[in-house]
Amino acid sequence: MIDLGPHAVFIIWAYLGVALGVAGLIGWTLIDARNTAKKLAALEASRSAK
Amino acid sequence: MSIDTAPKQSWWNRIAHPGQFVAWTRPLLWPLTALTAVLFVVGLWFAFFASPEDYQMGDTVRIMYVHVPNAWLSQFVYGIMAVSALGTLVWRHPLADVSMKAAAPLGALFTALALFTGALWGRPTWGTFWEWDGRMTSTLVLLFIYLGIVALWRAFDDQLRAARIIAVFTLVGAINIPIIKFSVDWWSTLHQPASVFRADGPRMPGSILTPLMVMFVAFTLLFLTLHLKAMHTEIKRRRVVTLQRKAAQGASS
Repeated sequence: MIDLGPHAVFIIWAYLGVALGVAGLIGWTLIDARNTAKKLAALEASRSAK
Repeated sequence: MSIDTAPKQSWWNRIAHPGQFVAWTRPLLWPLTALTAVLFVVGLWFAFFASPEDYQMGDTVRIMYVHVPNAWLSQFVYGIMAVSALGTLVWRHPLADVSMKAAAPLGALFTALALFTGALWGRPTWGTFWEWDGRMTSTLVLLFIYLGIVALWRAFDDQLRAARIIAVFTLVGAINIPIIKFSVDWWSTLHQPASVFRADGPRMPGSILTPLMVMFVAFTLLFLTLHLKAMHTEIKRRRVVTLQRKAAQGASS
């Protein structure tokens, strides 16, 4: 790792914050997709069972 | 099952049908994800290992490689929403509603990250985390507009009605975008004026422009990938609501 100089703490927090935010966004998108797909599959299964 | 007897559809009609749109765009997701990941790896390598420190700012210039792409996305996503809002109001395009709704939370996060990284860059370079000047205040207003739009989507049960009202709200709110863009020219501000997208070309050396551009494309592709995925989910969510309604009607009759 390179030396980030006297303001390293600001640089690290900026990248950490962005990483957390983006990871959260990706996670939320995937969880939402999975939950909705599950709900849809269950509904379609009960519909075709009738 | 393929329908061979169906008349040939134009691409416009093809993407107007939600099911067709999902089938047509799903193969794009993995290549987009892979390309985004590769660009982030290259971009971060450039940002930390293959770019020099600035002769005035020192290493804090590296914050730019995440700040500028997020600030760009905060406005680009709004642009996508405004174009989709036109699609909703003018053409009643069924996917314009979906695109608008899927983009709003993404835009809100990118705007929040632009403000966050801006504050962390401002402290060591300007001596303050925050200043109520044109650029920062108008970007904060943008964040509130995004949050308002997300809240509006959740306030309505009828998503078709919601889309029309939110489309109008989105287009009214679009006035804020040129205000953000030109705030650095109109008012005296701490924030520097544009230095990349200028008529006379970028005003920074290639060694700093390269990581910026790679991160810029990486973040833009990240948004496009997430937007597409979120649109697929929104289409499925609408199908869920339709099926639930049908089931409820079937149970009551």
